[in-house]
Amino acid sequence: MSDVKKLTVNGIEIEFTTERNILEVARKAGINIPTFCYKSELSIYGACRMCVCEVGMPGPDGSVRTMLMAACSTAPANGMIVKTDTKDIRQMRKVAVELLLANHTVDCPNCIRSADCELQDVARRLGVNTVRYTAKRNIEEIDDSSPSIIRDPNKCILCGNCVRVCSELQGVHAIDFQRRGSNAKVAPAFDGKLADSACVNCGQCAAVCPTGAITVKQDIQKVWDALYDSTKTVAVQIAPSVRMALGEEFGLPAGTNVEGKMVAALKLMGFKHVYDTNFTADLTIWEEATEFKNRVLNGGTLPMFTSCCPAWVKYAETFCPDMLSNLSSCRSPQAMFGSVAKKMLPAELGCEQKDLFLVSIMPCTAKKMEAGLDKFMEEDGTPENDAVITTSELARMIKSMGIDFAALEPVEFDKPLGFGTSAGLIFGTSGGVMEAALRYAYEDLTGTKLQDLNFTAVRGMDDLKMASVTLNVGGNDVTINVAVVYGLKKAGELVQKIKAGEIDVQFVEVMACPGGCISGAGQPMGATHAKRVARQDGTYASDDAAAVRKSQDNQTVADCYESLLGGAPNSHEAHHMLHTVYQIRDIVK
Amino acid sequence: MQETIEKTQEMIDHENAIKQILANNNNDPSRLIPILQQIQEMDKYLSKEAIEQVAVELDVPVSHIYGVATFYAHFSLNPKGKHIIRLCDGTACHVKKSHGILNKLYSKLGLSDENRTTKDLLFTIEIVSCLGACGLAPVMVLDEHVHGQCTPEKAEALIDEIIANEKAAN
Repeated sequence: MSDVKKLTVNGIEIEFTTERNILEVARKAGINIPTFCYKSELSIYGACRMCVCEVGMPGPDGSVRTMLMAACSTAPANGMIVKTDTKDIRQMRKVAVELLLANHTVDCPNCIRSADCELQDVARRLGVNTVRYTAKRNIEEIDDSSPSIIRDPNKCILCGNCVRVCSELQGVHAIDFQRRGSNAKVAPAFDGKLADSACVNCGQCAAVCPTGAITVKQDIQKVWDALYDSTKTVAVQIAPSVRMALGEEFGLPAGTNVEGKMVAALKLMGFKHVYDTNFTADLTIWEEATEFKNRVLNGGTLPMFTSCCPAWVKYAETFCPDMLSNLSSCRSPQAMFGSVAKKMLPAELGCEQKDLFLVSIMPCTAKKMEAGLDKFMEEDGTPENDAVITTSELARMIKSMGIDFAALEPVEFDKPLGFGTSAGLIFGTSGGVMEAALRYAYEDLTGTKLQDLNFTAVRGMDDLKMASVTLNVGGNDVTINVAVVYGLKKAGELVQKIKAGEIDVQFVEVMACPGGCISGAGQPMGATHAKRVARQDGTYASDDAAAVRKSQDNQTVADCYESLLGGAPNSHEAHHMLHTVYQIRDIVK
Repeated sequence: MQETIEKTQEMIDHENAIKQILANNNNDPSRLIPILQQIQEMDKYLSKEAIEQVAVELDVPVSHIYGVATFYAHFSLNPKGKHIIRLCDGTACHVKKSHGILNKLYSKLGLSDENRTTKDLLFTIEIVSCLGACGLAPVMVLDEHVHGQCTPEKAEALIDEIIANEKAAN
């Protein structure tokens, strides 16, 4: 018997191997069956019934048994005859969409998801131009308690993507289905608010929501207000991974580094001082690698976990309260930028500190939460980072200005906080913080120049990467085991294995989102695996092409230590400005 | 002070009782439904505190347990009265004017469709779809005792009897 297995989709014969369902096989043949609840990286749920197809299964006697099956939850079989579009199927899908729309707010023109709403898209594809049913639903309260995410149950179609991503990717399970039938809804326990739940603000629920039921909280207006306020001096920092995805909003391929165009656009929008979070990513490496070295040399708590991802930090505070001393005490690059900029820039720019308005552009929704934490407030109670917007929000601002982004001539970042090395740039991808730290630690500990800068073992889209690095320190070989993990569920499992002594590592990098910040919930919607890989590849291509690839070679950071940070990493001043403390979050999970 | 001590002791006893129920079910998360049933049998409803305790002890997300508790009509998240009146409104009982009994009980106990438990937590009225005793319609079950061919007057008399007994007991 031949190993090649085939089925036909709409009369076209297609070979298949490991595809787990007909939907994937059909996509291979270029037929995109509509679906709301199928996400390849999540478990198969089969709730929305959009992908129902006619499936014919030939029996041993040659007769064909035909059934209507959900393509997402039907495994392909040899000889299957699949029809994705028949008169009946088309009619069924239209009715299903009509029923969803009857139970939906349908305020499309002023919905934030209007342009990229999957419900709207499918309704248009199927030609649903009237809804014959009238709604019989309760108006549910909108939950805007979270600084990152807004829940509007009135737009929910109960596909369950958010419930599954929260539990299967992040292990947080802040939300679940409640009640039953026409009263069913997705909510935190006891119909509570997200802000009171175990939610870590990663925003991946918003990233997988096909409609406007879970969206990213918008802070655009705060930024326009500051830009139009003549008493304010507005400065902006931009995170590494923003430039690797922003171009997608303007028709450029995923993974195109649009750093120069992005700076040019910000200048056109009225930002006078445009700086780079890569600068404080470098600063983080000086601090964090030094902290790690001291923990190793002085018998401190190991393994040390990175602390740049605020969703991970909140997860640790909530789910691993006994591991908080393992977290690096370093602030995230965003928070380091806030404290350094608010201290350094008033003199540099000739303004008072209270009139300096710092905008932060992030790929991330959890950064909105981080910026609002009490510990990152000025003495007068205002945040160090005054407003945090996402990549998507930046794109919306650029579009509202009518700027032809793709045609812009590149402009450079401003001095002094606008220079970062490509070690800072790779912070945007899973493995990048570890690689940047290893580039620093190698030279710091061995005193010799690092020849091959590429630690490829920590790169890629695997959710857990392990590597060992042997360094010659004063004549002795020292081996450091490192782990790189993304997805907080995976991180939680790693913590358990470390506690149980099953895994011996000294340094662990954790990021919440798939592949790191490049897939943050603030990035352009519709991130597929292919787009994530492209954003990651683009990041490493920019790293390869960069002139300065090690954080320790950032002269501006060295100058900053001289003028502001007590001369050396982990000094008293550096601790005061660049480090933080963690709090146990004692809530029922 | 004495009152506080008694309250605290009550809470500890209640927590221990739930722990016992969990232990009887081997602390097995796949036995969540029987666990919730047994807690409801004890408390007559599922309190927030009980749900949270089960979540913590079984290490099952609290949003999931709340989801299960709200999925099944069997579970109640509101306190119930000491005496539970289950009035059948299935087809047979409905035709035999079960709503007359319901209205009588509502007005007697000051209850309504929205509020089915008396403030003194003495009575709860539940409407059920069929008790499988259609030959006796209309049927009312009071504290597990079946009263067939019930009338508003008979129902009122039964309630009066309980109220009198409760008064005598206090």
